[in-house]
Amino acid sequence: MNAPDINLIPLLFASIFTSNILLANFLGMCSFISISKDMQSSNGLGMAVTLVLFLTSGLNWVVYHMVLVPLGLEYLRFIIFITVIASMVQIIEMVIDRVSPKLYITLGIFLPLITVNCAILGVSLFLEIREYTFLQSLVYGLGSGLGWWLAIMLLAAIRKKVEKGPVPAALKGPGITVITIGFMAMAFIGFGGMLPVQ
Amino acid sequence: MSSAPAPGAMLRDNLWTNNPIFMQILGICSALAVTNLLTNTMIMTIAVVGVMGMTNLTVSLIKSLIPRKVRMMVQTLIIASYVIVVDIILRAYLPDISRALGPYVGLIITNCIIMGRAEAFAQQNPPLLSVWDGVTSAFGYMGVLLAIALIRELLGFGSLFGYQVMPEIFEPWIIMVMPPSAFFVLGIVIWIGKAIMEREGAPA
Repeated sequence: MNAPDINLIPLLFASIFTSNILLANFLGMCSFISISKDMQSSNGLGMAVTLVLFLTSGLNWVVYHMVLVPLGLEYLRFIIFITVIASMVQIIEMVIDRVSPKLYITLGIFLPLITVNCAILGVSLFLEIREYTFLQSLVYGLGSGLGWWLAIMLLAAIRKKVEKGPVPAALKGPGITVITIGFMAMAFIGFGGMLPVQ
Repeated sequence: MSSAPAPGAMLRDNLWTNNPIFMQILGICSALAVTNLLTNTMIMTIAVVGVMGMTNLTVSLIKSLIPRKVRMMVQTLIIASYVIVVDIILRAYLPDISRALGPYVGLIITNCIIMGRAEAFAQQNPPLLSVWDGVTSAFGYMGVLLAIALIRELLGFGSLFGYQVMPEIFEPWIIMVMPPSAFFVLGIVIWIGKAIMEREGAPA
């Protein structure tokens, strides 16, 4: 295994800003567009995504390198990753419910949504393709989660303003939202040359 | 949806009035990333057509055997199995494209359109009709993605399917190769689509 030689701190910043999982890699768009109508839900979902991403990226790294590679079962990774993610989400849901019912009310409804959020599976697949080490994986998972959270909060705020503007009828809703995301992507990716991720 | 939809009406519905991308903004996650080249988009969407048709067929065939509580998980695993098949085929026959698509082939699993159609249609309808629904929905998806890829490749590289079509003097637009343009082009395509629909008087 030849892990890329990347410092952890630049990797963290790159995964939050310049290689934002959402704006540069288009992952997690579905829930991003539908949830960002509302500020509070965006916050809840962002938090949940960050938590799940951090935990699953570590776990999937362990499963891939400790179980699948030694057994020569790499081709099963899609099924294994999605199962790990689904079970992880289930466990987190149960733990949060037991430990903090208050947090459960905020996060609970978003957790099932996360299983089918492309960002989670996407990060696990990127870890494997880019051959990150365990620590790099954890940092990349955390950074991607934070980046996703930041992006959804920003978009929720922008959408609040845009709704009041004079937008052509046919462009209302998804159309203008997608174009807004485009401008956000330009702003985020603008510094891409400074921080490499792979 | 009525109990026995006519195949012809379904075709129109899935390709246009209820197009998964225009009307529901589903499944753009894994899709936008591959639209900077027509060839990649074509392969990717063909993979989606195959996975979607087979998933709908399988879900429809075994729908009475799946306990309601775990049906989401079962559907996901069915989709994942077909995606593995597609991935292996791509690696074997089209290794270059497989590398270019990278993780996005695997991400077909979490493509909301496939899950959405399996849940909304294949759960209640007979197998053949479900296959038809899956395939036509995927074609609707393919149409929009190809339109986006056409614009992006033409302006970004001056080529179509890798063949140079623009004259030498044409300066490629670098932005079209980069991620933000996918959002702009998609936004504009949605705008045009919806504007035409409104003129037709369809409920937008």
